[in-house]
Formats: sequence, structure tokens, C-alpha cells
Amino acid sequence: MPDATGLELLAQELRDRDADSVLDTEHFRGQAAVHIAPGAVREVLEQLRAKGFGFLASVHGLDYFPEEPRLGVQYELLDMREVDRITVKLRVSLDDPTVPSVTPAWPTANHQEREVFDMFGVIFDGHPDLRRILMPEDYEGHPQRRDFPMGGEAILFTHNEPHLPGWWQ
Amino acid sequence: MEITRDRDFRSRQLAARQMLKGELEGPDLDAYVEERVWTTTLDKAANWARGNAFMPATFGLACCAIEMMAVVNARMDIARFGFEAFRASPRQADVIILSGRISIKMAPVVRRVYDQMLEPKWVIAMGACSSSTGVFNNYAIVPADKFMPVDLHVPGCPPRPESLVYGILKLRAMVLARPDHDWRTRYGGRGTEEFAESELALDPAAAHADNVTGASGRMGPSA
Repeated sequence: MPDATGLELLAQELRDRDADSVLDTEHFRGQAAVHIAPGAVREVLEQLRAKGFGFLASVHGLDYFPEEPRLGVQYELLDMREVDRITVKLRVSLDDPTVPSVTPAWPTANHQEREVFDMFGVIFDGHPDLRRILMPEDYEGHPQRRDFPMGGEAILFTHNEPHLPGWWQ
Repeated sequence: MEITRDRDFRSRQLAARQMLKGELEGPDLDAYVEERVWTTTLDKAANWARGNAFMPATFGLACCAIEMMAVVNARMDIARFGFEAFRASPRQADVIILSGRISIKMAPVVRRVYDQMLEPKWVIAMGACSSSTGVFNNYAIVPADKFMPVDLHVPGCPPRPESLVYGILKLRAMVLARPDHDWRTRYGGRGTEEFAESELALDPAAAHADNVTGASGRMGPSA
């Protein structure tokens, strides 16, 4: 992990390139993270790759339900020589959940971005094949959003049999 | 008619020997035949054969499939009940064991496998997930009852192999007891066929098409 100082230096380098790219830095329990503007993700990841973070270990989505902007995407980067990790975090609102896709530069992001799209409905701009990956093609909604109903089936047990009329139809 | 067991084994053996030599005559011969002949109906005989020689489809869905495999191993040895011949094709199978959770994406596939099986066919829903979605009661999982006729639920998470063996024996008892094996009849599914009987009738022209081996032995239009 870059320590707190190293993280600030890294963030300053990113700011030198584009002053608006880095919104905040965070060093929590030895875990370094930079919060960035959604539009700058390609440049930031490219710059971090030049710094040695050459392995995109994970792309995943998040839903911070009551807060705004609601949806989040996180990129876990790994420096294999220094065994150093950094998390790049960004947030988008529900009204415009658009993030530039990093698939052209990092082919591993292809399926992971599709999963984030499937589960959270984040649109990745420039993704070569953005469609559902886990849920059926005709599924409606994005099930990992926190306001998505828990779902499941009303299960027939002996105790609720009278309350589920017509379950057999 | 039952085999009478009042005579001990040795005397029965002697009677059999006499009969083979042709020395048994008169009322002794009548008694002998009466002891040994078993009358039944063809239906019952067929059910008896079916119930004692199930061929499950080789089909596992999740963790329950591991327990299903354990049933075939030496400890449980389901071969004792004629159940061990897991068929690789649904066309050859007459039981499908839904061993695990079924996602709504998998359900059409499971249903297709089931539809490919020939009648008579039975379904065992094994474990909590395929019966009631169990701990995975969420947006992704669907219980088996919603899309196919399940004959038997084996509870457990996962059920122990003993439970599955018990379920299989229950299914055998059901097959022996109920002569009707068409699932549409069993579950009131008449009229839900995809094709009407008339649509399934063979087109006489197609039966004599060029690519069917006829009397001339031709194998195709070009031959």
C-alpha cells in the first residue's frame, strides 16, 4: 500500500496532469484510495499504470442508497513488483449513470463492467458489448440496487397456505 | 397368490427334484404348481420393473449434486435398488433429480431437459433450494414447482444421502402403487400440450421422402 504520504504524492501527480480529476484521497486501515471524477477514469488509470500499477484486479459496483450521487464504481489496481495496491473510486448519480469504459485499455474489465451494468445499471461508455451477463436478457431492473425489492418467490408452507390463494395457477 | 411357506426349505427342494424327474403326479403336482405360479397384471409387472430399475439423468445443479453422487458410492450403494445407471442423455432417463438451486436463467434449460425425457418420467426435487429456494430466496432463484411437475421433495440443506435413498424408495413405492405414469394425468396437465395430436401425425409424403432409406436402399437424394 502506498502510505498516507505516498498517497498524497500520487494524488498530487494526478492533479498536476488534470486539476479536476482527483476529488479526495482516503487512507483507511492501510488501504489507499483516490476518489476521482467519473470523466477522468481513463486518464487516471493510464497514469497509474505508468506508475507501475499494471494489473486491474477488480472492477465492481456499489450503491450508497440514501446518499447522492448514489452509484459507485471502484477499480482495484495492483502493482505486482512492489506488491502495492490502490483503489480508484468514483460516484455517479442515478440520473446520468455514465462512466467511460476502460475496456479498450484493460481487456479484463470487459466482463466486470458488464456485471456492474447488469447489477447496478451503470452505463459504460465505449464498452464494445454492453449487455447483461448474469441475469436473463429479458430481466427488468438491476437487482443489486438497494431499492430493488428483495424478490424471491412466495413459498408455500403449511403455515401460510391459506394466505397464498391461487398459488397453484 | 402367495407362496406358502409352511413347508420347510428341504422338503420344497425335494418336491422340485421330483417334479423335474417327472415323478410328481396328481394332487401333489397341483399343489406344487399352485405354490409356484404367480399371477399378476401386465401393468403391475411393468410397474414393478420400472420401480426397481430407475435410470436417473446425469444432472447436477449445485452442492446437493455432491450428495447425489455419494448415493452411488459404496456406502449408500443405490445400485441395491436398481437406481445406479445414471444416463448421460435425457432421452434414456426416466428420473431427473433437481440437485441444487435453480436460477431463473437455468429454469428454461432444466425444463427443456425434462421435456426431452420420455414418458413415463418422474422428478425428485432434492434439497431446500429446489423445493422452496431455501436460503437463496432472492431475485435470482426460482423453486422447481413453478415450472415443472415435481413428484417428490427431499428436504435438507443438503439432504444426507440416506434422505435421498429414502426419497428414492418413496418414489419406488409411488410408482408401484399408482398405475398411471403420464405426468399430465398425474398433475392435471391435460390440454397444455405444445402440439395437438393432429399436428403430430406423420405426413405420408415425408415418410417416403428421398432421404429416407426406402426399398431401393438409397441413402440420400444424390445416391
